[in-house]
Formats: sequence, structure tokens, C-alpha cells
Amino acid sequence: MRASPCSTLICLQIRNFTKIQDPVFQRNFVFPWFGLDIGGTLVKLVYFEPKDITAEEEEEEVENLKSIRKYLTSNVAYGSTGIRDVHLELRDLTLCGRKGNLHFIRFPTHDMPAFIQMGSEKHFSSLHTTLCATGGGAYKFEQDFRTMGDLELCKLDELDCLIKGVLYIDSVGFNGHSECYYFENPTDAERCQKLPFNLENPYPLLLVNIGSGVSILAVYSKDNYKRVTGTSLGGGTFFGLCCLLTGCSTFEEALEMASHGDSTKVDKLVRDIYGGDYERFGLPGWAVASSFGNMMSKEKRESVSKEDLARATLITITNNIGSIARMCALNENINRVVFVGNFLRINTISMRLLAYALDYWSKGQLKALFLEHEGYFGAVGALLGLLDSA
Amino acid sequence: IPPDSLPGVSLPSLGGSLTKLAYYSTVQHKVARVRSFDHSGKDIDNEPLYEISVQEEITARLHFIKFENTYIETCLDFIKDHLVNTETKVIKATGGGAYKFKDLIEKKLGLKVDKEDVMTCLIKGCNFVLRNIPHEVFAYQKDSDTEFRFQTNHPNIFPYLLVNIGSGVSIVKVESEDKFEWIGGSSIGGGTFWGLGALLTKTKKFDELLQLASKGQHTNVDMLVKDVYGGAYQTLGLSGNLIASSFGKSTTADKEFSKEDMAKSLLHMISNDIGQLACLHAKLHNLDKIYFGGFFIRGHPVTMRTITYSINFFSKGEVQALFLRHEGYLGAIGAFLKGAEQDNPNQYSWGENYAGSSGLMSTSPDVSPLQRTRSGTFDMLEMDRLERPLVNLPLLKDPSTYIPDTVDLTDDAMARKYWLTCFEEALDGVAKRAAASQPDSVDAQERAEKFRQKYWNKLQTLRQQPFAYGTLTVRSLLDTREHCLNEFSFPDPYSKVKQKENGIALKCFQSVIESLDSLDWEERQFALVKGLLAGNVFDWGAKAVSDVLESEPQFGFEEAKSKLQGKGRSLLEGPPHKCALIFADNSGIDIILGVFPFVRELLSRGTEVILACNSGPALNDVTYSESLIVTERIAAMDPVIHSALRDEKLLLVQTGSSSPCLDLRYVGKAPLCGLCASAAGWSEVWLWSVAVLWPCSGHAVAALTALCCSRLDQGLAVLVRERQTDLVVIEGMGRAIHTNYYAVLRCESLKLAVIKNSWLADRLGGKIFSVIFKYEVPCK
Repeated sequence: MRASPCSTLICLQIRNFTKIQDPVFQRNFVFPWFGLDIGGTLVKLVYFEPKDITAEEEEEEVENLKSIRKYLTSNVAYGSTGIRDVHLELRDLTLCGRKGNLHFIRFPTHDMPAFIQMGSEKHFSSLHTTLCATGGGAYKFEQDFRTMGDLELCKLDELDCLIKGVLYIDSVGFNGHSECYYFENPTDAERCQKLPFNLENPYPLLLVNIGSGVSILAVYSKDNYKRVTGTSLGGGTFFGLCCLLTGCSTFEEALEMASHGDSTKVDKLVRDIYGGDYERFGLPGWAVASSFGNMMSKEKRESVSKEDLARATLITITNNIGSIARMCALNENINRVVFVGNFLRINTISMRLLAYALDYWSKGQLKALFLEHEGYFGAVGALLGLLDSA
Repeated sequence: IPPDSLPGVSLPSLGGSLTKLAYYSTVQHKVARVRSFDHSGKDIDNEPLYEISVQEEITARLHFIKFENTYIETCLDFIKDHLVNTETKVIKATGGGAYKFKDLIEKKLGLKVDKEDVMTCLIKGCNFVLRNIPHEVFAYQKDSDTEFRFQTNHPNIFPYLLVNIGSGVSIVKVESEDKFEWIGGSSIGGGTFWGLGALLTKTKKFDELLQLASKGQHTNVDMLVKDVYGGAYQTLGLSGNLIASSFGKSTTADKEFSKEDMAKSLLHMISNDIGQLACLHAKLHNLDKIYFGGFFIRGHPVTMRTITYSINFFSKGEVQALFLRHEGYLGAIGAFLKGAEQDNPNQYSWGENYAGSSGLMSTSPDVSPLQRTRSGTFDMLEMDRLERPLVNLPLLKDPSTYIPDTVDLTDDAMARKYWLTCFEEALDGVAKRAAASQPDSVDAQERAEKFRQKYWNKLQTLRQQPFAYGTLTVRSLLDTREHCLNEFSFPDPYSKVKQKENGIALKCFQSVIESLDSLDWEERQFALVKGLLAGNVFDWGAKAVSDVLESEPQFGFEEAKSKLQGKGRSLLEGPPHKCALIFADNSGIDIILGVFPFVRELLSRGTEVILACNSGPALNDVTYSESLIVTERIAAMDPVIHSALRDEKLLLVQTGSSSPCLDLRYVGKAPLCGLCASAAGWSEVWLWSVAVLWPCSGHAVAALTALCCSRLDQGLAVLVRERQTDLVVIEGMGRAIHTNYYAVLRCESLKLAVIKNSWLADRLGGKIFSVIFKYEVPCK
């Protein structure tokens, strides 16, 4: 839908830098290949590690490049906050004629200055590459990259990148497995199981990206999509409220707490108000009538645990996203809803709840789908943006 | 709480935290009656024209009061104390609390609790207020001159979306009186704001949380688009100030956030979320009107503002967020109506009683912090029952765009200031006259003082919050005064004045007719119009006039004519009209020497005349029953009037109103009752006050009643159609200037009045005692 003037621009730049002739261009596309997605909370970095480097190439490879490769591929953690999601690594991928592995790395956005600093120290700029970046941070940190890192960012639209990334990763699969999956029997805790889903004919689909906030896109073809709406109640809200309510300091900690809590102590359920189901409107007694509704009472505030509060926060945010997604699906007349974004990382509770809620409230009309690489599609899209132009 | 009896069912609606009690009572109050003497063989000249008596009358009134749930026992005690009708076996209750408090209620009251569905009640209540209370609906605009934009009632209220924000959120699509559908909901609602807010800020009360929120900066807690992008997200046109992630900045354990900031962030989060869902539902169902209700909204400017913002944002201006003045009572009203169903509530209309109702913002802690702490009840609404349903005047060109009031004082600050001052200045005089009107009553002085105080307080409330009772207009100020007078048993302070003036004017009638008859046609036409206008000078409601009348008791018709500025003109050229409908104004000279000669001229030309007078007293306006007596007397002197009455060419009807102003929207559909419904009056429901209903047996004007009886089954609307009314004459400042000045009718119309107020004259570009003579012919 949206032409990316930036990709053509970057292509020209790269040609100038590398002075490579067309026929062999692809093989000699300048390394390193990065895709960067700088979100509100997390920076997602995908790195393509070429595995088909010839001896000749190896010899020519500048020291900088080598050390970057070594640093990234031999570690699983970088500094105190950078993490490589080893389990997501895509092996033996062919990209732009090169074979290699795709690595998925993340670190908090507030460490962005340190990242730029590091790039500067490692003389990244001397590699004469241009970094393709997407997400809001591509705009926010553009100036810092320029002044501190002597690097010119190529900014790519985050929604373009997101869709490109989703379609690409789904098409290459997850090391022989399906990238896309769903939950069978989501309404039955016992029989609920994760099963692969074939997304070969993906259109139309509703793509719900849950990062700090939420964006909802209706995708009709690979380059025809629109942003339907968004909500500020996203992963950042869950984490932010959990920090305030429980004093936790990491997303993992918040999720861990949530997994041990009981939200029904915090929330007011339909049965708490009506003594059972609210039959007039077909509302089941177990449905949440008022999130945090029980917390209006002082006694109940004093009797809940931090775990209960974390759980309630998670349930509240998740249900709300499910509800908005369902309404958008109805308005757009789409019945497949793909949920992505880092909110879903290690967050089975939310995924099952989304699957359940969509199924239940739509009476089986809507299907919730998930992707293994949750929050990395924007970064993948940025990497593809770099290579597409070739 | 007025010490009323509770003969009918009483129905509390128990919401999450507030108990709303609706109960029906009959109210005893005084009404003024006039009765014709039997004059046979007596010297009419030395007797008063008719007898005035004050009688007790019983009318139905609906009361709505609120209690905090913690006061539930007090509330039940209150019901018990007032439950005088032992036949009552069942109490209707709705809301979640109906389940929770069922046992308590049954034990305490010894009544069976009949649980009514919450949403059914809510929607019944909503339809009820939408139909019965003008200016019920408003849009909220924080940054405009008038925060509250009241909407004109549209004759067709369906379909609409009702979003009720209580502890949770319910979204209901209402398609007709009985058809509605729960189309969605959300658990993120008022309970989330309250519960989560209490956890975050350690502030226990909802109102306090709102106050915190109104002082906070959400940008300290929320992650904005510009925090992510450094500026706007331009490709999508998302402004940098939009919230990207609510509480996105609090994702750290080592920073403190202020209570205010967190509360504000929470408020935005919840309001935006609700607005978004509401818009998604509105879009799916193709609706553009969304009414918001529930305790989260309940007159709180803070939440109305954020919800309005959210709806504008998410619908891109295509959907309007609307609020209801009485939304807090919807459930209770609905539960009540449910209980009254066998009574067929559709045969009634109801009007808000301004004297007994507290205004829109009375629950806001900012406005009256004391009011809440004083007792368990802090907000009330009273509605009076009118015994028949109402329809539009068939002659209105476009009822959906008709706005009776000429000036919106909520909008026009200068006019508002003037009129409020004007009413304040006149208040002492009104109170004095009220007291003087009941010389035999020992407590008249005391009641008059209470009236003065009450009305004064209302005026002060309106100075602070002009929007308290809907759009503020001269009409609503006048009506509020009438309601307050009635409240303190001054049903008709001008009854004696009117009696005297009617008597005096009647004595002059024949000489006026003789002098008119001596004129040639053209001169007579001018004289008639001049007479109409001169008569209209006699208005005790206008301070300039009442001053003259108080100081110059001899001031007469001729003097009035000489005071008139400018000239009238004749409209009785061309072929005669089929039927003229005349809305009369004042008693005495106005009706007798002004209107009647004009009526007589119309009748002589072969035009039938429907003379419409107020049902109940207002100032010195002629009432329907007075008009019957006056007409009877004139008929005895004048053969033209006499035969017209006999042949039903002259019909007397009542407007149903007790206001000096006139709202043409609400016209009686069916006759009031057997005897007195000479022709099913019309009525404006919201002006309707306790004294409007005249009892069937009250009239002793046998001759005239008999004449009118043939019309019993016909409503005025029907009458107007049947007689093919092609001329409407609206007389007086209240009816033709304060209201209806811009009214467009489908037939010829004449609006005439004498401007008896120099400020208004100034505004309209004339002098005091200038004449408004607005003759309009509808374009074909």
C-alpha cells in the first residue's frame, strides 16, 4: 500500500558505498545485515549471520565485522539487559542468495544510548553500512545515531515492516515447523492444546500487534492493508500497572506473579452481582463484570495478594484487547485474527485467554492465531527492507 | 424530603453503590377555583363577578431520591414510615443490589421484593426521560462558552445506543419502546477506575479520585506517541500527544508517581477505552447517537469531558457523545414504570417540577461539598403527572426543529445576567403580592418568605450553573417561579386582581363595542388591532407595568392606547379565514376589551374562533375557567358572541399550560376528562405544574360547558385540524416574544405583544411600550 521511498534511497546509498557490479551484487551485499525495531519499551534486533563465507571472503572481512559477528553469535546475553532468544533462531535460511542463520536479540529501549555508544566504540560506521530501523525509535533516536554513532539510519514504516516480516517468516517456516499456531479447545482447560495452523492463504486477516500499546491492522494482500485502530491499553499498561501495584521490576517477574494469582478475588464477576448467570443478556456468571471491581471495598483490598493483582491486571488487559480485536474483526468482516507482539512472549495465559475469548464471544466464528516469533516481525521487516531494495 | 404519603408501589433501584428510590405519592395542594354566582335577580354591578375559592386537590407526583448504599437501612426506614397503603404487597427493585438486599428489604418492610431486570428498567427509564423532559439531553464541550449544549427533543428518539458505565460497562442498542438488545460490554468501567484507583492512590472515595484526576498530569505516567517517536507519527497522522501506552512510563520500580498523575492516567485509560468500544459498536450497528450513563458519568464534568474527547477521536466526529440530566434515575424510573404497567403509563405525561428537583450539578463535590455530607440523600427529582399524553400542535411546520424559546440564556451571558437580575428585583414584589393574596391565612407571610427564599436560591444556583435545569430561558425562569409559588400554596396570587379587573373591563365592554361599531371599516380594523395591543399593556408580570398599575390605579384602556409606541396594522384584508386559533394572554382589559372585540370582528366575518387560555394560573394571565365566565358574561351582552357560542363557532379550550409562555410541541391528544374538557386542551409537559389539572367537577359554568360538551371526544389537535384552522394569533410577551418569536407555522400567523421591558425593547431596537406585530404568511 505504501511505497517506501526509503528503500530505493538506501539501495542507491549501498550501491555507492560498495561499488558493486550488478550480476554479483547479491553475493557481495555488504555485511552486516541488521534489522532494527525500536519500540516504546523494547528494541528488537535481528541479525543475519552468513554461514557460507568463503575463505577468500573471510580474509577480506574487516576485523570490525568479524568481531561483531563473533560477539553476537557467541553470546546469549549482552550487557545486563540484552538477550538473544536462542530458541527462535532460524537456521539455514537463504536470504538474498546467502545462506545463514537469523538471530533474534532484544534489549530495553532505555538502553538505546548505550547501544549507540557501543556502535560508536566498535566503529560501526567504518563498515559503510546503513542501518535499517523501524518503530518509533527510528525517528526518536535518528539524531543520536547521527551525532553519537556517525550513522545514518534508514527509517522504515513500522506497519509496512510488521506485515512484511509476518508474511516472510510464515513463508519460510520455523526450522521445519509451522510458524503459525492456534489453540484447539480453548474453552476447555483440560483438552486445550497448541496446534500448527497453515497460513498459506492468509488474506484477509486482522493483525493485532501488542507491544507497549496495540495496533490493529486489516490486511487484504501483501501490500494492501490499513490500520483499523489502536489502543493504549497494551503490554506497557500491564507491566506499568504491575510495577505500581506489586513493586515488580521485570516483565518476567510480573508474568510469574500473575501465574500464581487469582483474579477473581480482585475482579467483580457477573455472579458476584447477580448470584449466577445474567440470563437476560446471556452473560455467564464467570464473566468479569467489573475489572478490579472488588477493589472498591476496603476489606477486599486488604485481603488480596500481589499475585492476585498481577493476574487481574493481565486478565483485564488481555480481555480488553480481545474485545477490541473482536469488534474490529466484525466491523471489517474478517474472521482470522493474528496476535503478535512481545506482550505475548512467555505469556501463555494471555494467549489462551485470547483464543478462548474470541471463540466464546463470537460463538466460534472467530479464530485467534499466534506466531512463534511474537515481537520480532518489525525487525525482520526492517532487515527485508534493506535487502528488498536490491 | 417532603412528608408525602406513599400509597402506591415504591421501587428502589439498587445500583452498585447508590440506592435510588422512586416512589409515587399523591400530593395535596391548594388550587384556586372560580365559580360563577347565580346572578338571577341580583344587581350585578355591585357584586364581584365570580367567586374565588381555594380548595385542596390531590395530584400524583413521582419522587426520586438517592441514598448511598451504606444508608440502606435508613432508606428502608424511610420507606416504612411512608408506606401508608397497606395494600402494597410488592416492592419493585432493580440493580445488582436487588439481589443483595432482597432479604433485608423483605424482612424490614414485610413486602415481597419483585426483582426487575436492570437493563429493562434502565431503558424504560431512558425512553421515559427522552420523551417527557425537554432539554434532557446535552452534549458536553469543555472549551466552549457553554459547557452544556442541550439538544432539542427529536420527535423520534429511536434508535440509539445506551452505554451504561457502572462498575462495568453495558452497551445496549435500543430500537423501539420494547425492543432493545445487549450488544456488548466491557469489564473496564467505573469499578475499575474506583478499585484500581483506590489501590494506586490509597484514596477511597470515587469523588476524591475524580478530584485527584482533575489535578493530575497523565503525561508523567503515560507513554505518548512522542515519547516513542520523538514527535508525531506522521505517516498515520497520529499526534505526538496521543497516548501510545497507558501507564507505559511506570514500568519501573524505582520511580515515584504522584497520586494525581496516576488517577488522571487511569481516567484517560478507562474513558478512552469505553469511547473506543462504544464507537466500534456504533459503527457496527450504524448508529450516530450514543447516550452515556452510569455512576462513572453522573454529571461529572471530568468524565464527560474525557468520554466526549474519546468519542470524537475514535469516530472522527461522526458520532456524538450525549448525556442525560437525569440519567442517575433511569433504573429507578424504569422499575417504577414496570410496577405501574397495569396502569398504562403511556396515557400520562410527566413534567419535571423545578421546585422539588435539584439541578444537574448538585452532586458534584466541587459545587456543593456540604450537600453530600449533610445526609444520605443529596439529589432529587420530582415529576408531576399530567393525565394525558401529548402531541405536537398540528400547525407547526417542522416539529423536529421547533424551539419554543427565543433566547437561550445559557448561551447569552449578557441576557442571562439581565434576566436573572430582573427576576431577583421583582421577587420581593411577587412575594408581597402572594402574601397579600391570602389575607385570611395566618401563615401567608411565613409561606411567602419561604417562597422568596426558595426562588432566590434557585436564581443563585442558576447564576452559578445556568445549565442546572436544561437550557435556561425566560420561560424556565417564569415556570420555576410558578412551581415555587405552588410549592408554598400560592396557587393564584393574582386571583383577586384578575377578578377585579375582569369586573371593571366587562363594564366597559359595551361602550368599546359601540365606539368600534361607529367607525368605518378601515378605521375599525386599526382600532381593533390597537385595542388588542393596548389590552396587552395590562400585564402584571412586567415590572414596568405593575409599577404603573400599582401607582396609578386609574390607568385605563385609553391611557394604555396613548402609551403605545408605533402603529399596528390590519390583517383582516382579503377573504375571511376559516378558523382562527387565538392564544390569549392577560385577564381583564386584555381579554375583554382587546381580544374579544377582535374575536367578534372575526366571527362577524364568518371566521370560526378557537380561544385558548391557560389551564392553570400564571401571573394575571386569564385562565380557562375565568375565560368561561367572562365569555358567558359577554355573551349575555353581545348577540354576536352569544350566537357564536350557541352555534359552536366560538370554542373555548384550555392550553393545559400554567405558564406565561407557550410550548407548541406538546398538545393534548385526548380530552382531559368528561365535564371540563371542553376541547381537550393542549399542554406543554414541562411547564405543567401541580395546579394544571382542573377537576371535572369544579366548573359550574353549565351553559358554556354544555356548549362545549359536544366536543368531548375530540382533542384540540383534532379540533384544529377539523376546523381547518388557517390563522393563529399568539398574544403577549411570554407567548409571542420569549417563546415562539421564531416559530414557523404552516398557516398564517400573527404574533403580537407590547414590549413592557425597556432592556428587551432596547435589544429589539425599540422603546418601551413598542409594539411587536409579526404577521407571517407561510411560503407556498
